[in-house]
Amino acid sequence: MRQYFGRKLLVYGLTFFVAVTINWMVPRFMPGDPVSSMVARAGVSNPGAVETMRTYYTNLFGFDQPLWKQYANFWAALLQGDFGISIWVFPTPVSEVIMGAVPYTLGLMIPSVLLSWVVGNWAGAFAARRKLLDNTVLPVGYVLTAMPYMWLAVLLAWGLGVVAGIFPVAGGYSFSLQPSLSWEFVADLLHHWVLPFLSLFLVALGGWAIGMRNMIIYELESDYSNYLSALGAPQRLIRRYAFRNAVLPQITGLALQLGVLVAGALVTEIVFSYPGLGSLILKAIQNQDFFLLQGTFMFIVLGVLIANFIIDIVYVVVDPRTRAGMAGAQA
Amino acid sequence: MTAIQETPAKDAGAGVRREALYFALRNGKLLAGFGVVAVLFLLGFAGPLVLEAADPNAYGSQPMAPPSGEHWFGTTTFGQDVFAQFVHGLRTTFVVGALGGGIAAVIAMAVGFTAGYRGGLVDEILNMVTNIVLVIPTLAVLLIINAYLGVRSVPAQALFIGLTSWPWAARAIRAQTFSLRTRDFVALARLSGSSTRKIILREIAPNMSSYLFMMFILLFGGSILIASSLDFIGLGPTEGVSLGLMLQNANQWSAMQLGLWWWFLPPGAGITAVVGALYVANVGLDEVFNPKLRET
Repeated sequence: MRQYFGRKLLVYGLTFFVAVTINWMVPRFMPGDPVSSMVARAGVSNPGAVETMRTYYTNLFGFDQPLWKQYANFWAALLQGDFGISIWVFPTPVSEVIMGAVPYTLGLMIPSVLLSWVVGNWAGAFAARRKLLDNTVLPVGYVLTAMPYMWLAVLLAWGLGVVAGIFPVAGGYSFSLQPSLSWEFVADLLHHWVLPFLSLFLVALGGWAIGMRNMIIYELESDYSNYLSALGAPQRLIRRYAFRNAVLPQITGLALQLGVLVAGALVTEIVFSYPGLGSLILKAIQNQDFFLLQGTFMFIVLGVLIANFIIDIVYVVVDPRTRAGMAGAQA
Repeated sequence: MTAIQETPAKDAGAGVRREALYFALRNGKLLAGFGVVAVLFLLGFAGPLVLEAADPNAYGSQPMAPPSGEHWFGTTTFGQDVFAQFVHGLRTTFVVGALGGGIAAVIAMAVGFTAGYRGGLVDEILNMVTNIVLVIPTLAVLLIINAYLGVRSVPAQALFIGLTSWPWAARAIRAQTFSLRTRDFVALARLSGSSTRKIILREIAPNMSSYLFMMFILLFGGSILIASSLDFIGLGPTEGVSLGLMLQNANQWSAMQLGLWWWFLPPGAGITAVVGALYVANVGLDEVFNPKLRET
């Protein structure tokens, strides 16, 4: 078990290192001069202002220092939680801007990911080898997984929001309200949360149902299932055993899907102007706020790594073979 | 001697192929899936030629018109013809899928075959690299790259998608190669002095060709979805039209609030149809190649 976690942590550590290096490298080694392109994009015509911006950016990136020192400084700033100053909401530190958005993204992602996983697995297991259900669950599942996240979001917003008028289609809460811990605000928050949650939930649902269905069919054809049914075990019992075996790859699948799920959450937030990381990224791109974009990148990578580690722990809890030091899960 | 041995082997190969074809032509999922893809493919490649509209982004005189005989899918707030954009967007979608999926498949095969066949230290290192790229959230990396480099063309976008979306496929190929390399025929090839390259290309790859093809289909669909997300965030190609860019424009100019449903319905439906049909065809292929899954 120690080896299992050791390997995983090594991969995560290296991944973090690579991500930070990418984050440091891309602005420095991209073709052309980043400072002049940023100054040009700002569209300032006053020559005095251009010169000021130029020195400001050069100092900010520390381009006048040797490369290794720039790299070391980058890490030092990062470890102190210093991601620079946002240009979009100058002069708020980037970390503060991101911290304001993270709760919304997490509040949207954690319930939708977990619920779609549970419901999808349940539906898939239930449909497997039952002709009638299979013929409905499978096509619906394929259509859902093939949908781009933002399109389902747009469809839901248009159908249930604009046409039916049941749910609001923009924002995290009504503009007339101030964030507070009153019932009114919480209800309003939930009201705005329903549609983004629903679209994330639905798109992810299909993939889990299909995966689980295929796994269950595979398990039901395995030797132990045949042996059990030859012994006269009730079908329910065999299915329960099959489910417990089939759930393990689905847990690994959850870890593999995290990147896709984050991407889905980002574009869904953009559709609903939900004040999470996705909308932040959009603002950062529109305002050429590169520090904010890079900070968000670091936060997403960190979040995905932490989620991966939690899933690893869950896997050890669920699968006794990893605890016994046997070859259960490969790193 | 070799000639005598080879003839029956070739016959057997042709037989397997004929059997696959037999089941392929009787597989509803495969036919329906590839049928939908073929129709959309033709629309995407022939459509722009037939329409002859030089620029699908050209502003027209009738803004916000609902679908009619003149504008099949209506027009945008700028009077652009949605059908022309849709047809051009479909073409982009196929290009991104083929290029991005192709690049990813090539990298996945190079990494997977090498790691699985060589084993040992090479495997350890490649496995580590694969795991790192696997864990890093792809879209986040693409965000940084696209934002700084300012991706202009569709092929450039496809290149970056291909470079980041190969790990799961490499892992799967590695596992398959691992199980194949201890087989007798591979040992025989090694004894007869074939080079590693030749063994991989002539002995191992053909034995998992169906698997590789299905993997490419999934990578193809995946690239399309990633590209549409990037386009939607506003980091798509700055030149040309794509279905993702159409959705982005529709969202940016509040098509939803204005009730211009014909603006945002077709592009999403196009992506869903292409990717969904590919997935369904993939299941059909699985049934054709894997006798266990055939419905009796």
